[in-house]
Amino acid sequence: MEVIRKYALLALIIVASIGTSIASHGPAAVEDEAETGDEFKPGEMILHHIADSHDWHFATIGEKGHEKHIHLPLPVILYSSARGLEVFSSDRFVDPKTGHSNISEGVYAEKGLAIHHGHISVIGDEHAHLYDLSITKNVASSLIGATLLIVVFFTVASRYKKGALSAPRGIQSFFEPIILFVRDDVAKNFIGEKKYSKYLPYLLTLFFFIWFNNLLGLIPGGANLTGNINVTFTLAVLTFLITNLSANWHYWKHILWTPGIPLPLRIIILPIEVVGIITKPFALMVRLFANITAGHIIILSFIGLIFIFKSVSIAPLSVAFGLFMNVMELLVAILQAYIFTMLTAMYIGSAIEDHAHEPDMDHGH
Amino acid sequence: MLASLLLDGLAMAGAGIGAGIAVLGAGLGIGRIGGSATESIARQPQESGKIQAAMIIAAALIEGVALFAVVVCLLVVLA
Repeated sequence: MEVIRKYALLALIIVASIGTSIASHGPAAVEDEAETGDEFKPGEMILHHIADSHDWHFATIGEKGHEKHIHLPLPVILYSSARGLEVFSSDRFVDPKTGHSNISEGVYAEKGLAIHHGHISVIGDEHAHLYDLSITKNVASSLIGATLLIVVFFTVASRYKKGALSAPRGIQSFFEPIILFVRDDVAKNFIGEKKYSKYLPYLLTLFFFIWFNNLLGLIPGGANLTGNINVTFTLAVLTFLITNLSANWHYWKHILWTPGIPLPLRIIILPIEVVGIITKPFALMVRLFANITAGHIIILSFIGLIFIFKSVSIAPLSVAFGLFMNVMELLVAILQAYIFTMLTAMYIGSAIEDHAHEPDMDHGH
Repeated sequence: MLASLLLDGLAMAGAGIGAGIAVLGAGLGIGRIGGSATESIARQPQESGKIQAAMIIAAALIEGVALFAVVVCLLVVLA
């Protein structure tokens, strides 16, 4: 009896799921999807969730034709020298046939603007240059992330101001070990005891910005900010500028005229090293972008499996794997933040280090 | 027209095969790291913290390279 009771709940769940999935394979379920071009396209769904958008779409409820979109229309800000500054809600873009707001193929008739897959253009003058400065989903998410960072770290900082020597409490006790980790094991380790403090604010900001935004992107309905190559490009450019603007003469000498190797090789190595100045931040950019975007694509694909098979019996598999991938993405979130920060510290460190002369290095200087 | 269809099909096939080979490389590389990490921990259990940290970092860097390849394959499929 005990054995039966122990496994009764598990057996009930299995039987219920098999039962519902058999029921959903009824004759009506499959034939209903008439070929009106409404078949589920997983690639489109995934790209829509990964990409930036002018409105923040949470869910769509209801049958085809009577759908209710739960979304947050975001402001569209356009500037051009001919038309000046225009600000309006992205709700104004409507589908010319149905009159409902449509952000992927919409027309704003009063102002003569059309939007096509996120690209806004002037009707009749497709090549007119419009600066799209809108608050898109990614911009809104980065503003939320920035606000979160400011709130959290000003709280932590004020706790230090009030009593630097007392034991940490509350939110300070969570962030203090992490801040100390970035300071000791990343900044001091790679940049050195003497010069790390100048670069520590940037490294801390970089770490927490990437980590918080990775996590915000994993919340259902969150925006894929760090998986946007423009964002990671900006972070990589910052690293590039900081590294190369604070580099000392030894760094440039090692790149342009590598000491210790014969002259013909130096000529060959010169272009490789010069390209290497660019490829290191480039790798930073692509690594973060690809990791985060790939994680989102995997989770979306597992959920999309349910819609591809049009059956709920795939759901236990989808939910299990999706949950596993989501938890793995939590690890990836902090790991990628750490990797980006550590490599930045490494590049800065190698750029500003004083040259430690080892006696057996045939350096020539 | 047949030529362009063939080209498209070959491009898709190339993208798929490329992604598969990238996963192969990443799996082999990270497997080796895991193997040597566990070996080292078996030899010196007291250093297991440092070895684990080094393993995770090396794995993340290799995964970065594999995802480079995935991005290229995605570009072939989507553009």
